[in-house]
Amino acid sequence: MLNTAIPIAFALLTAAQLLNLYRLLKGPTLLDRILALDTMYIDAIAMFILMGVYFHSTVYFEAALIIAVMGFIGTVATSKFLMRGDILE
Amino acid sequence: MIFFIELLVSFFLVAGAFFALAGSIGTFRLPDFFSRLHGPTKSTTLGVGGMAIASAIYFSFHGEGISLHEVLITLFLFITAPVSAHFLAKAALHQQLHQNKSGQQGDHRSSDR
Repeated sequence: MLNTAIPIAFALLTAAQLLNLYRLLKGPTLLDRILALDTMYIDAIAMFILMGVYFHSTVYFEAALIIAVMGFIGTVATSKFLMRGDILE
Repeated sequence: MIFFIELLVSFFLVAGAFFALAGSIGTFRLPDFFSRLHGPTKSTTLGVGGMAIASAIYFSFHGEGISLHEVLITLFLFITAPVSAHFLAKAALHQQLHQNKSGQQGDHRSSDR
């Protein structure tokens, strides 16, 4: 059962990443590109969790957690920079 | 018993990936920025939560002991996704992006795909 579910989930996530990549390259405004990057890191976390199940390894949790923290900080920093022109005030 | 656990893990994996794909389709197709913000902040977060639940069930029954690392990832994402969406919406309001009032695709700045 898992041998069929994991490739299906990988295919769906790859399609999601391709749609995000299209929005990242095409996005009319800068905020669309930031939103696309935000979605891309969340999907990357999902792919890391899926790889952890696939390879039966627990190494990927820490990588996923670090990606979550760094991606959140990046999104907030770029949004604040667009709002104020300055990150720390 | 093992078959039932495997069925549950497979269901959560495929459902999570489907919700992530739904969020990305939302970013791909919706006409302006404020409506594009809906997809990733709700649907994709739910998808990652589903996949983390699947991973927690899998490692709880195949590893040693109960595995709760994934719940940490889910909790962090559920806390931070509304915050980042709020910041993005505030930046968009500050930049005065035009909203698509009529529901059609007629906005001059943010509606062309």
